[in-house]
Amino acid sequence: MNSASCAAKISTQPFSLNPTSPTSHDNPLVFPKPTSLFLGSTRKLRLSSSSKLNLHRRSGTVVAVSDVVKQKKSKSTPSLLITKEEGLELYEDVILGRAFEDMCAQMYYRGKMFGFVHLYNGQEAVSTGFIKLLKQQDSVVSTYRDHVHALSKGVPARAVMSELFGKTTGCCRGQGGSMHMFSREHNLLGGFAFIGEGIPVATGAAFTSKYKREILKEADCDHVTLAFFGDGTCNNGQFFECLNMAALWKLPIVFVVENNLWAIGMSHLRATSDPQIYKKGPAFGMPGIHVDGMDVLKVREVAKEAIGRARRGEGPTLVECETYRFRGHSLADPDELRDSAEKAYYAARDPITALKKYLIENSLASEADLKAIDKKIDEVVEDAVEFADESPVPSRSQLLENVFADPKGFGIGPDGRYRCEDPKFTEGTAHV
Amino acid sequence: MLAIARQRMLGQSFKKILPAVSVLRSYSSAAKQITVREALNSALDEEMLADPKVFLMGEEVGEYQGAYKITKGLLEKYGPERVLDTPITEAGFTGIGVGAAYYGLKPVVEFMTFNFSMQAIDHIINSAAKSNYMSAGQISVPIVFRGPNGAAAGVGAQHSQCYAAWYASCPGLKVLSPYNSEDARGLLKAAIRDPDPVVFLENELLYGESFPVSDEVLDSSFCLPIGKAKIEREGKDATITAFSKMVGYALKVSEMLEKDGICAEVINLRSIRPLDRATINASVRKTNRLITVEEGFPQHGVGAEICASVVEESFSYLDAPVERIAGADVPMPYAANLERMAVPQVEDIVRAAKRACYRSVPLAATA
Repeated sequence: MNSASCAAKISTQPFSLNPTSPTSHDNPLVFPKPTSLFLGSTRKLRLSSSSKLNLHRRSGTVVAVSDVVKQKKSKSTPSLLITKEEGLELYEDVILGRAFEDMCAQMYYRGKMFGFVHLYNGQEAVSTGFIKLLKQQDSVVSTYRDHVHALSKGVPARAVMSELFGKTTGCCRGQGGSMHMFSREHNLLGGFAFIGEGIPVATGAAFTSKYKREILKEADCDHVTLAFFGDGTCNNGQFFECLNMAALWKLPIVFVVENNLWAIGMSHLRATSDPQIYKKGPAFGMPGIHVDGMDVLKVREVAKEAIGRARRGEGPTLVECETYRFRGHSLADPDELRDSAEKAYYAARDPITALKKYLIENSLASEADLKAIDKKIDEVVEDAVEFADESPVPSRSQLLENVFADPKGFGIGPDGRYRCEDPKFTEGTAHV
Repeated sequence: MLAIARQRMLGQSFKKILPAVSVLRSYSSAAKQITVREALNSALDEEMLADPKVFLMGEEVGEYQGAYKITKGLLEKYGPERVLDTPITEAGFTGIGVGAAYYGLKPVVEFMTFNFSMQAIDHIINSAAKSNYMSAGQISVPIVFRGPNGAAAGVGAQHSQCYAAWYASCPGLKVLSPYNSEDARGLLKAAIRDPDPVVFLENELLYGESFPVSDEVLDSSFCLPIGKAKIEREGKDATITAFSKMVGYALKVSEMLEKDGICAEVINLRSIRPLDRATINASVRKTNRLITVEEGFPQHGVGAEICASVVEESFSYLDAPVERIAGADVPMPYAANLERMAVPQVEDIVRAAKRACYRSVPLAATA
């Protein structure tokens, strides 16, 4: 259910000009996005949004890419989208994401975790669908909702849990916290609290990849960067600045929008003049794709295309994943503004149940296999909590460490003396 | 021996005859003179040649040869991949620079003036300065942000603010401000080689000024230590601290005070963060009086920090209250006479020095 199918439907059915009629939710003509059956508070906006429908056809590149996916999907009934190993890997990852976040909520209410904690329940399909296609050297830049991105990228659950507890064994030795997960080893570049802040940083990482290939002549450097951010960020200036520069310089980056329709209590439709984010891509000269972010396999198909494009040097892509967060914006958010019918609708589209169903129906795995994975993950998460509990808090001396990589600056040599006082310095023979 | 003594005497007599800002400082072989612009250009050139990971980015740095011609000739030498003309998107391209630095490239981001850095200040502080700490040492950011800072001539309120105090208050950043060509070359090279984010505050009015440089300075490995101030002129009656353009004023002031029998010691801070508290305090303990000079706004400024540092460490050595000379506490006016009143002038500094030495007259309003 992506924009291509909507476009297909437009051409075959008459366009209804009566948007106020209480049509059934399946009629795509009334709603701008065929998959988005916006309920609750968005009901009022149905009138204005339907007029945007015919703009669908004009996003040329959008339809092209989505068409490929659509064709693949229709042909896929005989052949499967994933192998058994891949399927189990994906399942394990989504279960890890869900179990970990649920445990975070528990720990927060027990007082072990503090400050701002933003949970990712419900959006696992996006993280798993994209990140599991990456190599270790590819990089991921995220927002404050970064626990699951870290886990998918390979940061051990123990390290993430310790970081959340503020212990010295955390991935950032307790100095970053929930919103600032960094890992040099796994190329996770954060963890940024300001929305839109990670997008230019991701664009810079992609720039480095291109620079390494072209200037530093590391010929096989085809590292790709993924930037994850939300619907609220798409109104921010930095987002547009980076779409422009990424397309201008053809950088190997994929901009992944996790459109969960809500920015704390601000509905996406109330905040955005044109809520269809994927359309902003072609305005800058890159393809814009809309995909159902509650389905791991659909996300994975689109991700393969986008990441492949970036690796081949064809430039950036903007992917809008329609997804939903089951919990509030953060653990401090009472989550009163969202309609329960909307929540129920998306809960029915839980990515874990969908993946489970696919695996079982296509005989890729049995109930027993999946239960074994569930159990294994439960143990991993429990172990992570125990490890974090038992880890020590940072020592006092850690407070002043790591402010600078080199506190004295280049002018002072490793022996503590000023380089400019070394008589050999200006002969060019001084050891630099 | 006699020949050398004669030379020195001649040199000193020359000093009295020629105007203050000129030649013949205390260098042994003051052979060549280069402008600050040439110094910066050569520093960038040499660092880009030595390390292919260094690249420039900013508005008009390429084809326009630099808004103030600092990056002249670099596009032809290194190509458009290493000298990037960016669109007018400070937040975006600064963030891109920071992202590239996360991966070990060494960007030198130019702001046309530091006033424009306010559009990118989120990236300078939050993504660059704090990253090494937040990631517990995993991700260092070897980036340099450079550009003209402070007042120029008649450019109005939005183009004249001095940002030294703002950036220097943030842990995780190193803030440098050169005065002459030697400073410019040495500090810029040190900044580019440094693995931490450095804010390099130049001054537009100094770009065209020539200063003598020794052969050491022209060597391609030359660099100055970050965090060490320079005593430009030794003295025993009062200490004047300054940075950037104000160092020139302070030196003029010291010449003028000499006639009144006050021998002032002039300290060129060079590095605002880390501040060289040791040198400043040692000097105050010697002279017992302090005058801090800066161009920026007075409240929470560099002078305020120096004063606090001296009060904390050398209180019993002070014979007079610390005099703080700063720009007027107003946005920079446009009219030429008002602008002159809003920026410290030589006369203001002389008056303050005399007050500190109890030689003067009633407290005249400084602008």
